[in-house]
Amino acid sequence: MDEFILIFRHEDGQKLASPEQIQIWMKQTMDWIGGIAAQNKFSSGTGLPFDDARVVRPNNVVTNGPFGEIKETIGGYIIVKANSVDEAVEFAKGCPVLQGEGNSVEVRKIAKADNVH
Amino acid sequence: MSHELVPHLFRTEFSKITAVISKFLGLEHLEVAEDIASDTFVVALETWPFQGIPENPTAWLYTVAKNKAKNYINRHYLFTGKIAPQVKSTCPNVPEIEIDLSAQNITDSQLQMLFAVCHPAIASEAQIGLALRILGGFGIDEIANAFLTNKETINKRLFRAKEKLRQEKVQLEFPPSTEIDKRLETVLTTLYLLYNEGYYSESRDAVLREDLCLEAMRLTYLLLQNEKTNLPPVNALLSLMCFHASRFPARKDANGQLVLYHDQDETLWNRELITKGIYYLQLAAQGNKISKYHLEASIAYWHTQKADTPEKWENILQLYNKLLVLEYSPVAALNRTYALAKANGKQEAIIQAEKLQLTHNHYYHTLLGELYENLDNNKAMACYETAFTLAKTQPDKQIIQKKIDRLKT
Repeated sequence: MDEFILIFRHEDGQKLASPEQIQIWMKQTMDWIGGIAAQNKFSSGTGLPFDDARVVRPNNVVTNGPFGEIKETIGGYIIVKANSVDEAVEFAKGCPVLQGEGNSVEVRKIAKADNVH
Repeated sequence: MSHELVPHLFRTEFSKITAVISKFLGLEHLEVAEDIASDTFVVALETWPFQGIPENPTAWLYTVAKNKAKNYINRHYLFTGKIAPQVKSTCPNVPEIEIDLSAQNITDSQLQMLFAVCHPAIASEAQIGLALRILGGFGIDEIANAFLTNKETINKRLFRAKEKLRQEKVQLEFPPSTEIDKRLETVLTTLYLLYNEGYYSESRDAVLREDLCLEAMRLTYLLLQNEKTNLPPVNALLSLMCFHASRFPARKDANGQLVLYHDQDETLWNRELITKGIYYLQLAAQGNKISKYHLEASIAYWHTQKADTPEKWENILQLYNKLLVLEYSPVAALNRTYALAKANGKQEAIIQAEKLQLTHNHYYHTLLGELYENLDNNKAMACYETAFTLAKTQPDKQIIQKKIDRLKT
């Protein structure tokens, strides 16, 4: 069994949802993760809040957030256990992030500690 | 003589005497302590029928136990004195022996014993066995019955565990405060397993099952008596146990058959235990770490509300989501799927249930059957039939048979 990271990319991290939308989105996310955990395929994961986000650039230039000038932001990730990339992709297909226009979930295999991929 | 008195005293006092005396003698002499406690009861049985039950039977037992312990130590000194005369010169007098059977020392000794038997070097089955024997005063027969095995197996298991305690030189003492959290985890797992053994055990001896649960509750309560171990996860575990125990009177019908949650008469639920469960759950909320006991206790709390409300099932679903992220178990996965059906609808639950792939588990097929009922009754029937073939115990088969019969009509 391999581990894959599912990275949630938002086209526009600044878009504000209504509290009702946030509530629905939270429930969907929790149910989605619960469904993966119920198959004993969940390893870890977390959201990446936009509060206190900074971008550090060459020459120690620090800016607030990864917003504005770049197109995509990372909203969070989870790490799942899967037998193949296809299985990991099946998990990704259920991710509520995909309901947003322009959003995406990137699936990447995690390198094993022994460096043998 | 009342029929109840001696078994009752045995349950409550055997373990106290054993704990205090092994604390006094050192854990390597655990068997001696057990023998002294047993002998004390033998003396009671030889004396009380003829002389009448003493006014304070507990105090009587303690006095006899103290004297027996003193005699043992005196004899022991004499023996070592004879075979090793040099001891005499360094240790001419037997020191004044004071065995402290005060309530405080009993509680401390039992708690320390609980940590000793839950030592990580001992396998968890043996931990439960030792806890039942030494802390619960259960007989070897009863323990064998609870584990659905024979006396020899239990005897061997306990013997090996005691050997291990000696080899590891385990002392009767509180673990250092830096280690309490880690050691407490094993202790709580043992108490949790002990409770489950009683609650879900496949053994059909209903009375014994409840005894195991009550013993697990008593020991958990003991942990709350000491400020070092009165910690949020312990409160959460006791809360969980209270909530489950509140349904004991409703779980069996007049014929001793298991009554499922939905068919239970909620007026039989023990309100006092529910209130206690809520009380301990509130105390458990004082930390900033959520244990699986917190989550399971919260789920059990929602089950104390019989009515099916959307709020109830949504909360239960989210608690199971968190529980599974914390620690996977097939039971939690199945229960989550049931909550999912209640909160989000059967269609979604079926899709997720079929991904669980717990195909050897009869509960899995029972659950699928329930989800398919009224949507596809042929499929539901096929699921129940698979569940029936996989079910191991008579009560489980009966429950599935009822579902099949209901579907046929």
